[in-house]
Amino acid sequence: MTAALYTASLAFYLHKLFGGGAWPGRAATALLAGGLVTHYMALLERAITLHSVPYQDFYGSMSLLAWFLALTYLGLELLHRERAMGAFVLPLVLLLLGLELVVVPQAAPKPPAHGSIFALHVTSNILAYSAFTLSFVYSVVYLVQDRLLRARRPGAVVWRLPPLDDLERMARSGVWVGLAGLLLGIGFGMMVDQQLHGQLLSLDSKVVVSFLILACYAVYLWSARSPAWRGARASVVCIASYFAVVFSYTVVNLYLSKFHRFF
Amino acid sequence: MSVFLLGLNHRTAAVALRERLHFSPQEGLRAAESLRREGLVQEVVVLSTCNRSEVYAVAEEAVEVVENGVERHLCEFHAVDAAQLNGCLYRRRGRDAVEHLYRVAAGLDSMLLGEAEILGQVRETYLAAQREGLTGPVLNRLFQASLEVGKRVRSETRLGAQAMSVPSAAMKLAEQIFGELKDNSAVVLGAGAMGAKAARQLRTRGIGRLWVANRTPERARELAAQTGGQWAAWEKSAELLAQVDIVVTSVAGDDWTLSREALAAAMHARGNRRMFLIDLGVPRNIDPAAAELYNVFLYGVDDLQDMVQENRHARESEVPRAEAIVLEHVDKFTAWQSGASAVSTLAELRNELRLRRELFTDARSEELGRFSPEERERILHMMDDLVEHLLREPAERLMKDREVRERAVFLRDLFGLHGTNRPGPAGRSGK
Repeated sequence: MTAALYTASLAFYLHKLFGGGAWPGRAATALLAGGLVTHYMALLERAITLHSVPYQDFYGSMSLLAWFLALTYLGLELLHRERAMGAFVLPLVLLLLGLELVVVPQAAPKPPAHGSIFALHVTSNILAYSAFTLSFVYSVVYLVQDRLLRARRPGAVVWRLPPLDDLERMARSGVWVGLAGLLLGIGFGMMVDQQLHGQLLSLDSKVVVSFLILACYAVYLWSARSPAWRGARASVVCIASYFAVVFSYTVVNLYLSKFHRFF
Repeated sequence: MSVFLLGLNHRTAAVALRERLHFSPQEGLRAAESLRREGLVQEVVVLSTCNRSEVYAVAEEAVEVVENGVERHLCEFHAVDAAQLNGCLYRRRGRDAVEHLYRVAAGLDSMLLGEAEILGQVRETYLAAQREGLTGPVLNRLFQASLEVGKRVRSETRLGAQAMSVPSAAMKLAEQIFGELKDNSAVVLGAGAMGAKAARQLRTRGIGRLWVANRTPERARELAAQTGGQWAAWEKSAELLAQVDIVVTSVAGDDWTLSREALAAAMHARGNRRMFLIDLGVPRNIDPAAAELYNVFLYGVDDLQDMVQENRHARESEVPRAEAIVLEHVDKFTAWQSGASAVSTLAELRNELRLRRELFTDARSEELGRFSPEERERILHMMDDLVEHLLREPAERLMKDREVRERAVFLRDLFGLHGTNRPGPAGRSGK
């Protein structure tokens, strides 16, 4: 049901992107909102069964990330009143859902911690990852459009995309949401750490990489306002920073961290 | 009832004549009202834009006399000698008139193929005429359908998408870089024809602040006043570069008006914020090497012309689809009109036959007097039934068969029906 709603939403976003018109965009947003509701119900059901945020296995982790990605996108769409990017973001949401579907859900391992603070720690961090993913997408689209416009070859594609200024603003908004989520996540994580180990900050590799991500995106925010870097160069910084996020979500989770194995 | 149109447009008349025959909305209503008052037409709408002045009307018969009367009226209204209109006015009747209006609403007859403004103008003109009671069933149907045609063509084809001229292509690019232009500023260097067009486009697109600079300050002042901008002394224009986001140049001269070095300095002064340079000069005004500067977007006339051509080809390829929509609606309208006309012809024929039956029985009242009142009643009843019986099958064929409906007009000539609904028999004789 959720996948069907997201797919239908993507179809309308594509219709909006290539055919224009107001109603396909509105239909796409409505279907996305519908998908978010059904997706939330599925996550809730799984959370009740596990008595925890469903993040511990691959299935739950991908599903949670897909939900947050769709939710953050919807929030930014409403904030910036720009629907063209739905056609670029929804395929990612569906890809994450697809990954989730190819893996048979297993009995999730017992989570090391429970409680609302722990739940907030996990959800804040995944919200941050999804917001950084959006900024990555916006920055890639920015760079492509910037290249086409500067090369004086706008073709038929450019007119369908948001203006450069808007893309830059949307990427920045995504980064701000991501940084806020990550800071909150780290803060809640420190509280959980205090409860479990009696210390505020364990120097786990995940924590180290999270601070690295914070630093990367701080550089991006600085570069986006710096005379020499604003524009395309800042977008490159944003894209590069996202690799730190991917690294954190994959390599660190799978091989390096003691306490942060999401799947 | 037949639709006809009489008018001139950008293809048939020069701008001077179009200006003389232009109707303001109020004048259009006044002219229409007086045409109807004279009894020339039953329904009338006067559509007037900068590219056309057309009278759409419905008359009992669109005969030449009525059209000549409308033409004379137009000439009198604008105090134009009829000889001046020779070869400039076109006339269309029936299906051709319907097709013409639909093409106009679709933007197929516009100077800029597919432009959207005309649909709004058709809507406003029609609604004003309707409010004044100048339209009736035929023009209401015709104009409502034309609005539908316009909407369908714009939603189902890409005919109206991105209709561009060189300045509008430049503005579209500006919007693709900056989004809405209300928070941006621009300077137009050169107040010639191209510079003026660009300045107007910038104003139309809602530019936040606009400066105009020209070597002759008077022209800069004049254009700035026309476009709600500010004029700037030519010598100060270099200083403006650090402030503005969009620079349009259209200056005569062989040297670069803006060199790479000057622009590099301006970009440094403005903290590398994006700058869009539009070089409309021939020969070019801006050093092409400026395109290498970071966050500078430089477009020349050739680049913009390429975009206009691409755009035009793309839109032209949509013409057959738009024309198919127009023809589909023309067929619908003519089917509706011939149906309505057939119903009216049939009603008139029925009245005519009953009238003749009455005359026939009145002329034979002595012979019928030999019968008792009940027998007379039965005879008359049977004669009425015979009339109905004779009409039943043709009526069914008229309703079912479009070709028959289109030929039904000959019935009018055959039976001498003149469109005047003569009162039918009040009742059967003897009643």
